[in-house]
Amino acid sequence: MIVEAVGLRKSFGPTSVLEGVDLAVPEGSVLALLGPNGAGKTTIVRILTTLARPDEGHATIAGYDVVREPAKVRGVISLTGQHAAVDDNQTGLENLVMVGRLMHLGHGRARQRAQELLEQFALTGAMNRRAKTYSGGMSRRLDLAMSLVARPRVIFLDEPTTGLDPASRLTMWDAIGDLVRDGTTILLTTQYLEEADRLADRIVLLDKGRITASGTADALKTQIGGERIELYFADEVVARKAAGLLGGLADGPLLNLPSDGTAAHLHHVLDQLRDEGLLPSRVSSHRPTLDDVFLTLTA
Amino acid sequence: MTHDGFGAAVSDTATMIDRSIRLTRRNVDTLFVSILLPLLMMALFVYVFGGAISTGTEYINYVVPGILLLTTGYGASNTAMAVADDMTTGMIDRLRSLPIRSFAVLTGHVTASVARNAISTAIVLLASLAMGFRPNAGPLDWLGAIGLLVLYVVALSWLAAALGVIAKSVESASTLSFFMLFVPYLSSAFVQVETMPAFLRPISQHQPITPVIETVRGFLTGTGLNGTGWVALAWCTGLFLFSFTLATVLFRRRARG
Ligand SMILES: Nc1ncnc2c1ncn2[C@@H]1O[C@H](COP(=O)(O)OP(=O)(O)OP(=O)(O)O)[C@@H](O)[C@H]1O
Ligand SMILES: [Mg+2]
Repeated sequence: MIVEAVGLRKSFGPTSVLEGVDLAVPEGSVLALLGPNGAGKTTIVRILTTLARPDEGHATIAGYDVVREPAKVRGVISLTGQHAAVDDNQTGLENLVMVGRLMHLGHGRARQRAQELLEQFALTGAMNRRAKTYSGGMSRRLDLAMSLVARPRVIFLDEPTTGLDPASRLTMWDAIGDLVRDGTTILLTTQYLEEADRLADRIVLLDKGRITASGTADALKTQIGGERIELYFADEVVARKAAGLLGGLADGPLLNLPSDGTAAHLHHVLDQLRDEGLLPSRVSSHRPTLDDVFLTLTA
Repeated sequence: MTHDGFGAAVSDTATMIDRSIRLTRRNVDTLFVSILLPLLMMALFVYVFGGAISTGTEYINYVVPGILLLTTGYGASNTAMAVADDMTTGMIDRLRSLPIRSFAVLTGHVTASVARNAISTAIVLLASLAMGFRPNAGPLDWLGAIGLLVLYVVALSWLAAALGVIAKSVESASTLSFFMLFVPYLSSAFVQVETMPAFLRPISQHQPITPVIETVRGFLTGTGLNGTGWVALAWCTGLFLFSFTLATVLFRRRARG
């Protein structure tokens, strides 16, 4: 296990933020930490990247203890934090060369590596502009590029695609895919199930500082059902009656049910409702969202 | 690719100095203001108040050393803001998650600060000569004055760096460093200590800036040091050691959550 954490606890004053988190990431795999705002994702990343100390528990990266051997840990990891960490008043090229020099590549090699990365992240055209003139997507790409200068063994990505448009998100996913092919271990956090699904070998679901579920994307999806059907009723009384019949919890006039996504299942549900005179006014079906996962797994 | 040893520390520091100087060059407005304000203060004191202040000499000859120290105060408060900017944006997490010496980041800021101050102080000094400042100093006196000013600027820049680390935002860094601009007014920079009200006199006489100003004035106007030289040296060295330790310790602790 290249990343291993046992019993991580952390509180800020009276608020307990992590309540005993265990993680294990095999070398060359991708782990996604999935959780809503305030779940503790960033706190875990900060502990594993030596920026914060756990109150209890311990963690190692490539065998180095994050508290006792922070310098060794920093030599094998890189971090792309939740908020872009680029120097706004330096150009893209200067930002990359600076990191290269700090990683002791030597001046020439640092420039060369910077050029490679600018190319890879489609920033060559903007390399001599100050980063403050970059769009959100460009900053984020530069930010990731800065994390890749020294080819780290483990990369931490804290919400790498939050706030990106769909095209930039795809570019980012491609870049992450390339890293995986090169055998880099990745620990990423996200609020999007789709992203975890697409990128991760294993997903860990985090809620209020606790792990509520973990497994492969497929395993989790089977656990919560592949698709969801949403039924809108005339009012909440009808919705509650329907919930009594079909299971699930009514949320106002809305009832949200797991489904296998087939027409036959939808047909069956509607038949049952018609027999009781509880036909909904509107029906929609969608792929599971993080909300559904939590509703199901924390219910 | 090694991250150990003295060579690595020097190389990291050089990289961070390059960065801070580049950021300074891109922020000329700030540099401009930190030169313009002392110039205005000097014009104000020499042309407006100067006539009413009696110091026993040409007033401009009396006030220039104080103006020089005031200039370094403006420069240092910019340093506090630059450090606070790093601390409060994601940049510090990036730098701290790299295998580099933690003092490299602050040393970069401090070196840029000293360079900025050297430029602004030189410009203010030239302007004062144009306005009629007539130093009476030999080469050794100049060397002594410059040496002490440099030591003072280094110490003050480390103090500014420490304030930048403590501050929770760039704005509060600017507020915290306000006192660095204020302290010179409570010294012998603009008026002789003897002319101040009784309750202020001991404060003014014993605060660190007064001996530094007296010493620089003694060097430049040839009035002799009267024993202030060692006091000034002791204050500057003490301030440097204190600020350096404070800044580097706090830097390592801050954001370590
Ligand atoms: N330095 C701090 N002081 C006090 N509370 C903190 C601090 N850092 C984090 N917290 C609290 O810890 C909890 C978890 O924060 P964390 O940033 O780890 O969540 P997250 O899962 O990354 O959320 P998000 O999706 O919003 O980024 C939050 O309630 C937050 O307010
Ligand atoms: Mg977060």
